[in-house]
Amino acid sequence: MAYQTPEGLQYAKTHEWVKIAGDEATMGITDYAQHALGDIVFVELPEVGKTFSQGDTIGVVESVKAASDIYAPVSGEVIAVNEALLDAPEILNQDPYERGWIVRLRLSAQPSGLMDAAAYEQHVAEEEAGH
Amino acid sequence: MVEFGGWEMPVQYTSIIEEHHATRNAAGLFDISHMGRFFASGPDAERFLQYVDTYDVSAISVGQSAYGIMCYEDGGVVDDIFVYHLAPDRFMVVVNAGNADKDWEWLQQHARGFNIELENRSVDLAMLALQGPKAETILARLTAADVVNLPFHGIIEATVAGAHGWVSRTGYTGEDGFEIFIPASQIHQVWDAALDAGREDGLKPVGLGARDSLRFEAGLALYGHEIDSDINPYEAKLGWVVKLDKGDFVGAEALRRIKEQGPRRKLIGLEMIGRGIARQGYAVATVEGRTIGAVTSGMPSPTLGKNLAYALVEADAVRVGDEVDVLVREKPVRAQVVKTPFYKPRYKK
Repeated sequence: MAYQTPEGLQYAKTHEWVKIAGDEATMGITDYAQHALGDIVFVELPEVGKTFSQGDTIGVVESVKAASDIYAPVSGEVIAVNEALLDAPEILNQDPYERGWIVRLRLSAQPSGLMDAAAYEQHVAEEEAGH
Repeated sequence: MVEFGGWEMPVQYTSIIEEHHATRNAAGLFDISHMGRFFASGPDAERFLQYVDTYDVSAISVGQSAYGIMCYEDGGVVDDIFVYHLAPDRFMVVVNAGNADKDWEWLQQHARGFNIELENRSVDLAMLALQGPKAETILARLTAADVVNLPFHGIIEATVAGAHGWVSRTGYTGEDGFEIFIPASQIHQVWDAALDAGREDGLKPVGLGARDSLRFEAGLALYGHEIDSDINPYEAKLGWVVKLDKGDFVGAEALRRIKEQGPRRKLIGLEMIGRGIARQGYAVATVEGRTIGAVTSGMPSPTLGKNLAYALVEADAVRVGDEVDVLVREKPVRAQVVKTPFYKPRYKK
């Protein structure tokens, strides 16, 4: 199965993407993640102003079947959340990299251990082979 | 694909919601070969099943089937089962995949002293379910057997798409529909023929995800959720399956006591008022903050468009119409106690 993995983004092992511009980072979940979750029916977003460390649970996405945590791919303070997802969580299935952005953060530290598109594709291939 | 009771199974073929709606509005095809299929034959077959099932097996005539429960001596549930009466001295028992090994041992342990033969045909006999308002029309295209006049819970021998076995008017979706038992060696041909025969009617293959959401809406219990070894049938609102006056059976004494004293807990339905989805294990509390129980199953209902749940709570704590809080990730989210089932089954009776 081929999933979209745009160049220019950085990826976490836990299937979040992040786009860093200066000291701001925009994050969401990957195409592989939305596909694995299935129809997303519910999103829980963090409050603006809260701070998170890389790897903290920053939100929750739920499918019919289960709730899954979203982890902060970077450390920082929440400066915006995508409120459109509250009423239309299916955006995450339709357009995970653009309209489906989830949180914008102001970086408090440089992230570590993130992957580029090629490395993330390899990671997904390994996870799929493990199934 | 996910691992389920030792089987590799698809959670969805396309989308849980799509497959769910297809089953409610047209038809769904399920490969449920993962379930356990045991045969009990011989002069004592009925007497034996009467001893391990809480239901009155003597009331199941040949060509009929019935839901039943196997209980431990303390009244907790070993498994919920379906008993099909195939011939005067021959029954088929269908059990949950996750409990199949345990159930097989349980039956063998209790078979001492009965003149019966037990056969485990879980592997050589496959099982499909064809469910939904179009199921009858589609199945009639695949078999010469009179499935149109097959009564609710009836079972007949039939050849379906060239494979010989049985067809029963049973299922786990809350819709009219059938279960088809055919040799595992022929499951591919029957699966493909069924999908071809039903394509124009909107038949879709359905995975485990929608199987769960369909049974959930229709109020059908799932082992490990609404029933378990530490939950008795009276708590799970399945007292109607326990026939205390039929003679002795495993668990009868404890169940009689539970019925007399009244169950300590009861299963309730919840509709979320606040923003949140209740999931299994989440605590349920009164609005004053006293914990009264926990959620057994919860999800967004595709048919009703609401976030719904079942919870097992203290028997006298709440009534239909009352409000409670469900602790969703430690935060109380308001819910209302509602009547069950959420979706009224549309069986052809």
